[in-house]
Amino acid sequence: MTALHRMTLAELSRGLAAGDFSSVELTRHFLDRIAAHDGLLNSFITVTDEAALAAAAAADRRRAAGEAGPLTGIPLAQKDIFNTDGVRTSCGSRMLDNYIAPFDARVVEGFNAAGAVMLGKTNMDEFAMGSSNETSYYGPVKNPWDTERVPGGSSGGSAAAVAARLAPAATGTDTGGSIRQPAALCGITGLKPTYGRVSRWGMIAFASSLDQAGPMAPSAEDCALLLQAMAGFDERDSTCMERPVEDYAAGLGEGIEGLKIGLPKEYFAAGLDAEVEARVREALAVYESLGAELVDITLPNSHLSAPAYYVVAPAECSSNLSRFDGVRFGHRCDDPKDLEDMYCRSRGEGFGDEVKRRILVGTYALSAGYYDAYYLKAQQIRRLIRDDFRRAFEQVDVIMGPTTPTPAFRLGEKADDPISMYLSDIYTIAVNLAGLPGMSVPAGLVNGLPVGLHIVGDYWSEARLLNVAHRLQLETDWHKRIPEAYA
Amino acid sequence: MSLDAEQVAKIAYLARLQIDDAAIPDYARNLSAILDFVEQMNAVDTSGIEPMAHPQDVPQRLRDDVVTEHDQREKFQRIAPATENGLYLVPKVIE
Repeated sequence: MTALHRMTLAELSRGLAAGDFSSVELTRHFLDRIAAHDGLLNSFITVTDEAALAAAAAADRRRAAGEAGPLTGIPLAQKDIFNTDGVRTSCGSRMLDNYIAPFDARVVEGFNAAGAVMLGKTNMDEFAMGSSNETSYYGPVKNPWDTERVPGGSSGGSAAAVAARLAPAATGTDTGGSIRQPAALCGITGLKPTYGRVSRWGMIAFASSLDQAGPMAPSAEDCALLLQAMAGFDERDSTCMERPVEDYAAGLGEGIEGLKIGLPKEYFAAGLDAEVEARVREALAVYESLGAELVDITLPNSHLSAPAYYVVAPAECSSNLSRFDGVRFGHRCDDPKDLEDMYCRSRGEGFGDEVKRRILVGTYALSAGYYDAYYLKAQQIRRLIRDDFRRAFEQVDVIMGPTTPTPAFRLGEKADDPISMYLSDIYTIAVNLAGLPGMSVPAGLVNGLPVGLHIVGDYWSEARLLNVAHRLQLETDWHKRIPEAYA
Repeated sequence: MSLDAEQVAKIAYLARLQIDDAAIPDYARNLSAILDFVEQMNAVDTSGIEPMAHPQDVPQRLRDDVVTEHDQREKFQRIAPATENGLYLVPKVIE
């Protein structure tokens, strides 16, 4: 039998069903791997070993009683942005270092109901603000393909943990690329669903009109199983859409003859690394060989995505993060001399530099006299960007391009230059502004570093995206590659 | 768009965010760069375009005005910095 960590989540699910191993054995295997490797990678903030083994034993009993589903007994890691009842939920921040969540997020409830086993909480950029995982209060995460390099962010701990096979799967959240960019840089599969598909209840808010949770795992088939437990209407999130959930695994393997793939000229322009482009073109050739048709398209307002994003996201962040005031939970400074001093110092001590920068930008953009010039303008540009995609989807079924312009960069390389850091999400941001679903799928290596193929679909087309990604993974094995030190 | 140290200090106060004086010039430089960057938005004429708040253009969903939460005060206050008799304590506001 293949070593447990070299199997995809879907393979593990079949192995559990066949009785090849128990959830307790599986969980112990991954806990041992975390103990052996995570000192270097730093992909977890909290490991919940005792609770994991107890949940695994419960899952094995549930299976013995004949009540197991595809995720029963599967270990996975939760990004530390999801509230987990009784477990610290830090969001990568000193502000919440002492915060033991008193409830479960909807995403966590879904996995608990399915009988999945939580291994722990993964490291992340502070409050999900970052593209390199260097803004975490708990220190940077290392990319398992080259530990001198970043794993991407903000779901960098989740991506690194899955890439090194310290967990068969993990959750992420994506506000401007935070699932897809680290998935690309770590060589795994990640899906950001349509805005409103997954409830944001209990997911610590960064930019509420953009945030969306999704799965991260080796394969598209894995992501289909995971999304099934995450998606669905929830009245506790007022932006969650009341709409039936498809069976995401049912359509996997369907033919894609005649599929029209749009290639936006703006995503293959200056700034794109030539070798990254070559890997993406190779993946496109695979699709052509399967009967898909490549169509040149244009998204003329693409260049406005990052500027609009860096108004909308900071503005909403400054509003959302005003709840951290040192009163009801989280960090409170010592010996405040009055209420205002308590607010200012608790927040000044609790937040790191990048979070402070974004709160300040957002506060400025929303301050009296500036609202129209910044937030309103950015929302108008959102509509232009959304309309570009609408026109494109009248012509094509999916849009493809690179997930990121380059492979993983070095730790510290962009840490002092916010704008250059922001541009590493240049291809992913527009998808959040439009609220569309998008995936990153492993498409090969450049000098030993993974490259991601970005696949964007029309609203509610998660099942189609997953099948399109799955078809590539039936023809290639990039999603099964594991960095040598972790094989 | 360039922000000076005084403006940054004012914005920080609006956000109730203490920032060390020594760090203010760095923030001023970075914030100015970010504002310059987002000003690319001004190159496009957006007059008459309706701002987009939700990708599906749906109205805000409302629920019935009924009690849906049960009392979990003790559980929630266990993680509070300071409480007394079921109340959250803060520094004295009124002398």
